[in-house]
Amino acid sequence: MSKQKPKVAFYWCSSCGGCEESIVDLAEDILKVTDAVDIVFWPVALDFKRKDVEAMEDNSIDVSFINGAVRLSEQQEMVELLRKKSKMVVAHGSCAHMGGIPGLGNFWNKETIFHRAYHTTPSTDNPDGTVPLEKTKVDGKELSLPRFFDTVRSLDQVIDVDYYLPGCAPPRDIIMNAVQAILKGELPPKGSVLSPNKSLCDDCDRNDSKPEKLAISEIKRPWEVELDPEKCFLAQGVLCMGPATRTGCGERCIEANMPCRGCFGPTDQVYDQGAKFLSSIASILDTDDEKEIEKIVNTIVDPAGTFYRFSLPASTLRRKKMEAIK
Amino acid sequence: MNENKKIKLFINNKPIEVEEGTTILQAAQKMDIEIPTLCYHSLLEPYAACRVCVVERKMGEKVDLATSCNTEVKEGMEVFTDSEKAVNARKMNIELLMARAPAAEPVQEIAQKMGIEKTPFEIKDPTEKCILCGLCVRCCEEVVQANAIGFVDRGLEREVSPPFGEPSEDCIGCTACAFFCPTEAITYEDLHERKIIHEEMDLGPSKAIRVPLRQAVPMVPFVDEESCIHFKTGGCQLCEKVCEKEAVNHEAEEKEIELDVGTVILASGFKTFDSKRIPPYNYGRLDNIISGLEFERMVNASGPTGGEIRMTNGEKPQSVGLVHCVGSRDENYNQYCSRVCCMYSLKFAHLIAENTDADIYDFYIDMRCFGKGYEEFYHRLLEEGTKFIRGRVSEITDIPLSEKEEGKLIIRVEDTLMDTVRRVPVDMVVLATGLEPNEDQTELARMFNITTSQDGFFLERHPKLAPVSTASDGVFLAGACQGPKDIPDTVGQAGAAASEALALADKGTFELEPITAEIDEEVCAGCQLCIGLCPYTAISYDKEKGVSVVEEALCKGCGTCVSACPSGASQQKHFRDQQIMAEIEGIFIE
Amino acid sequence: MGNQSFDPRLVGFLCNWCSYTGADLAGTSRMTYAPNLRIIRVMCSGRVDPQFILKAFKEGADGVLVSGCHPGDCHYQEGNYKALRRHRLLSNMLEQMGIEKERFRLEWVSAAEGAKFQKVCNEFTEQIRKLGPLNMNGGKNEQTEA
Ligand code: SF4
Ligand code: SF4
Ligand code: SF4
Ligand code: FES
Ligand code: FES
Repeated sequence: MSKQKPKVAFYWCSSCGGCEESIVDLAEDILKVTDAVDIVFWPVALDFKRKDVEAMEDNSIDVSFINGAVRLSEQQEMVELLRKKSKMVVAHGSCAHMGGIPGLGNFWNKETIFHRAYHTTPSTDNPDGTVPLEKTKVDGKELSLPRFFDTVRSLDQVIDVDYYLPGCAPPRDIIMNAVQAILKGELPPKGSVLSPNKSLCDDCDRNDSKPEKLAISEIKRPWEVELDPEKCFLAQGVLCMGPATRTGCGERCIEANMPCRGCFGPTDQVYDQGAKFLSSIASILDTDDEKEIEKIVNTIVDPAGTFYRFSLPASTLRRKKMEAIK
Repeated sequence: MNENKKIKLFINNKPIEVEEGTTILQAAQKMDIEIPTLCYHSLLEPYAACRVCVVERKMGEKVDLATSCNTEVKEGMEVFTDSEKAVNARKMNIELLMARAPAAEPVQEIAQKMGIEKTPFEIKDPTEKCILCGLCVRCCEEVVQANAIGFVDRGLEREVSPPFGEPSEDCIGCTACAFFCPTEAITYEDLHERKIIHEEMDLGPSKAIRVPLRQAVPMVPFVDEESCIHFKTGGCQLCEKVCEKEAVNHEAEEKEIELDVGTVILASGFKTFDSKRIPPYNYGRLDNIISGLEFERMVNASGPTGGEIRMTNGEKPQSVGLVHCVGSRDENYNQYCSRVCCMYSLKFAHLIAENTDADIYDFYIDMRCFGKGYEEFYHRLLEEGTKFIRGRVSEITDIPLSEKEEGKLIIRVEDTLMDTVRRVPVDMVVLATGLEPNEDQTELARMFNITTSQDGFFLERHPKLAPVSTASDGVFLAGACQGPKDIPDTVGQAGAAASEALALADKGTFELEPITAEIDEEVCAGCQLCIGLCPYTAISYDKEKGVSVVEEALCKGCGTCVSACPSGASQQKHFRDQQIMAEIEGIFIE
Repeated sequence: MGNQSFDPRLVGFLCNWCSYTGADLAGTSRMTYAPNLRIIRVMCSGRVDPQFILKAFKEGADGVLVSGCHPGDCHYQEGNYKALRRHRLLSNMLEQMGIEKERFRLEWVSAAEGAKFQKVCNEFTEQIRKLGPLNMNGGKNEQTEA
């Protein structure tokens, strides 16, 4: 890295754009970054084409930051291409890390999603029932669209990933620390998530407000209660994924008086964030009575969606069983 | 009155010093001078009814006769127990009593001693025994305080009777009057029906104050409130009076005592099978069908029949059937073998042979004589002439099919050696009732955090390697609470349990299973979710470090907190997530 | 769906003190039962982490059994209540993942209940045989078929 500035690429797959925003949000820091590096590919901001990347030599890019989950065949092709051309790939944000919000599509499949999107939403106006096809003939010419997979995948389920930047979207500090570490070459072992390996309660100001024995006898949704801005959410009966979520986010949600939803993913020791949180919550239910247990448990309307809000594709089962989708 | 004031007197010209308030009789007894008595009892107030104890006394110039049982001594008194005057008076009294109660043995005895052959007075009823000594009335009044009996009429018509001659409602049936009666004019048989009720014989009438059993530790008696007269009438308390150490206290109350101990040996025993659960055996419905324990009680020398083998009509049986495996080795009741019944049945056969001339039939499935010397004993029985019939008894009935079955109990059995169904008429049947876990066995198991096996008895930690230990450290098992066993086995096991407990107590420390939970403080966020989950409060929050900590000595290694820890900081040694995950992968390798 | 030639693969998490001992008893009593259940011993049903259940389904289990001491009898007093709570919540979630509730079973089998263990094994195997294979493959096949 002596003379030449490190070459950096940014790419987005299935994402909301928030992660791109997080780069722009670095504000003046972005200038430091752009000073220090040479951006060779960034479709959102700069006009590069796929063929430009194809033309690069293998391993010629120093780092590729890829955000978004993999939902389309085109995304798969692009990330595979970038992997070939890059020395290092960083999964940027929850979607690349664990599948993120788009990953919730794994409760469905292509057919049901298309049916909903192109036929039954209240805003759909599609009298001809047109649906996207991978290949169409228009004026004798064949047009093609990327293939829409049944299953959304996290980046590392498609290509080899070197590091993960967690968060929806990753906060500024996390990104800057990572960039600095990359520039200095002071990186942790490959495969690391670039955020402290402790859960959010460690940094949460509300942790001290926990009662000696935390037990939940009624589960409430945030809008059902007037939330005490000082008191631990769990102690208020509101599901907070903080204990099962890696810290480093700066408690943005907590400060906004909203419980943690788990975008940073689990700590290194945990195999499945949702299952682990489910286990904790179930364990602290305040009853031994079978009927009462069922009653409380049934007030969690959408456990899978709640516990896997950001991590369904990265979970143990990855998706709803295909044959079970109607 | 000064209790300690000493009085000097002479009895039969010998001097003696006694405390004031002493009677002449007591003073004489101290000098080993015999004065005959009939109505006197040391536990009751003297009554001077029989006048047999009459003596001659001299006080200064005054000479007269006095009943020694109720006359207190005086300073300088001279007493002559066998002076001519005294003896004549006594003779006369005895002769009067001989006329009144010719059948009273104690009167006869005294008469004999005094050389009286017959009474000159008219005998009214030659069978009369009551001498009107009033001991019964006084004991009922003074001791029992039930006031159920008294004297009626006067003079020659006087007799002991409940009020209006009707059986008294006040009588509590304590039989104390019979106990005090010197002439057997009142007997237990009058108070209870003569019939022997085998079913109620199990422990027979017991003393209200007694040592619970001969092997009891500590070997001290207790007052059984159920039977004690004091708890019925507020009276009696004789035991308090006779106990010189003043150790009996009727005011004592039941106390619960809490002890902190490091080891516990459970030796809670068993209960016997209730044969009423087998309706075809008609136990409890037909007479002379008794359980092993009832038989045991009957042949006991201190039992209600004094060790005699008797039917309910009081006669010796001519034939006895012994039925094995009652409630044992039977899918309908208990599948297991109770292990002691074969041997005790053989013992019974032997005792019956010793005690009676009865024909003995022993009905068995297999003869399980597994212990040392047991098989030899069986052979001895074969020689003694017990008739062994192999087969499970299907029914015991009193419905005769032939004349020789008339009035008998008929045992129906399939004789599997002769391949035929037989009916064996006998006079008495002894059921070899099996052993069962106690009613509160599961409750006790829960209390000590141990489990029971399928048969309901306590489960040992390992049948071969840890046969007296349990799943709970420091809790050991001895005896039949762990499974049916005979005395030698029980003693052996109890010894082992005691030494295991002692070894542990001596060491003073426990070895923990190395399966405790541990929290990685690098990872623990101090979310404290785990803390309330630990049933042993082994986890605490270290505020300074902001992490939770497991106290290893308290952790028993259930792993509940580990599964609940949302950050994976808590892991159980030897049962780490990683290890179990690898196991899951492993079991799918074909 | 019912397929007699289908041999379900079942995983059982058994607590050391009751169910594992009960299973052992079934074995030492020479009771025969469906050989489909593969057993993993844990100290207490409270140690069973929902992560293990998902893992078992992912690895190819057609059904998962968690078995512990009867309520009130847990060697560690209350681990089995935690298991019960987790079972109910996890069952709800499994259903959302397309896994029938019947495939995830919670049973109380005491150390004395060798026969009950035998019955549970046989019943569970039959039940899953009727349901057919689970094939929980996380949508893996689909990606490779171009
Ligand atoms: S559970 Fe949520 S609110 Fe409570 S301390 Fe943890 S992060 Fe904070
Ligand atoms: S549950 Fe886990 S992270 Fe929370 S305090 Fe306990 S060990 Fe620490
Ligand atoms: S493993 Fe069980 S006993 Fe040990 S600390 Fe955790 S909950 Fe407590
Ligand atoms: S003993 Fe003295 S009067 Fe009977
Ligand atoms: S030890 Fe069996 S369930 Fe806890």
